[in-house]
Amino acid sequence: MTDTGPNGRWSDHAVEQLIGRLLQIGVLIAAAVTIAGGALLLFQHGGAIPTFSVFRGEPERLTSLTAIVRGAMALQSDAIVQCGLLLLIATPVARVAFTLVAFVLQRDRTYIAITALVLVLLLYGLLFGTA
Amino acid sequence: MTTTLLAVLIALGSFCGGLLGSLTGLGGGIIIVPLLTLVFHVDLRYAIGASLVSIIATSSGAAAAYVREGFTNVRVGILLEVATTIGALVGAALAAMISKNVLSVMFGVLLIITAYRSLKPREEHELTAEPDKWAARFRLDSSYPTPSGKKEYAVRNVPGGFALMFAAGILSALLGIGSGIIKVLAMDQLMRLPFKVSTTTSNFMIGVTAAASAGVYLHRGYIDPTLAFPVMLGVLGGALLGARMLGRANTVLLRNLFTVVVAIGAIQMLYKGLTGTA
Repeated sequence: MTDTGPNGRWSDHAVEQLIGRLLQIGVLIAAAVTIAGGALLLFQHGGAIPTFSVFRGEPERLTSLTAIVRGAMALQSDAIVQCGLLLLIATPVARVAFTLVAFVLQRDRTYIAITALVLVLLLYGLLFGTA
Repeated sequence: MTTTLLAVLIALGSFCGGLLGSLTGLGGGIIIVPLLTLVFHVDLRYAIGASLVSIIATSSGAAAAYVREGFTNVRVGILLEVATTIGALVGAALAAMISKNVLSVMFGVLLIITAYRSLKPREEHELTAEPDKWAARFRLDSSYPTPSGKKEYAVRNVPGGFALMFAAGILSALLGIGSGIIKVLAMDQLMRLPFKVSTTTSNFMIGVTAAASAGVYLHRGYIDPTLAFPVMLGVLGGALLGARMLGRANTVLLRNLFTVVVAIGAIQMLYKGLTGTA
């Protein structure tokens, strides 16, 4: 591993420190949103009797990305939780995107291609939901 | 049982799973799905969705610390993530076609392997010095911190490791686990990375692998917020506490406890799968 990139600022070490920080912040924000939504959910619907033993699949408002964000904005508790979980799923994706930027700054062609491929695969699954 | 009571119980169980997984270094994911399906009678698909989300949380949380300490080989991780993400997308597609009973048997077999591996002592193997064509092409050789200073290591058998990572990705999506055991096997045994580098790089990759299939499962309605939030917060809390207790806890006792829990889970998953009641 090189200690300094071609522009002298983006060493592998600096990139690693930033990746570590990014992951921490992502998990913290996601957990905070999930806790807030979860608390509201229990406060509003805590007395309901849930059935997880039968799979029905979630309704569209909890599976479509735009509907989840819209529901969370409207302060629907389950949509807020789902939004927190979505942020959590997005954290590793953001990590890969950031790594891609770092390799671009290092002008590392091989790893730009590899990282871009991983990012495309992740976004494909997250945005289109088909495998 | 009301939502609140169930959420508290599930969070407590998940907390114990996260704590045990973090203290033994074997990951909590493999305990979560059996806990949810066998103890709380949750449908396997909901259990897989909730488990994958919690795996992302613990992997990202722990990876943050390891990356900063310089153990993780980021290039090896990114390169192998190509294999695990393709595997995860393939696994997510296959999941719709494989019956719950078959998945349950697969889970049972993997739990047996996990129980066996958790009993085996780990020893650091000799580091390889042989040059490897693929490792050179992708500049994978690196160094890691040891008590006696930085130590260089070489990487080999990249194609073999890549193939095993593809399988790890498929299993991760199908069973809702991190596949850490297979990832470590690929890097430690096949590619001859130092053990500490293998485990931390595996952990670094687990979040990305799980995110690939979790994205698909979110669209497919496998991720239920009411179930996933106590699971995720419980596992994350347990894993964070485990990381703080590390070094002070009795690891031999914990490992034995982990083995017993995993073995019980294995028998039950196999029984349910083979009798067609999963």
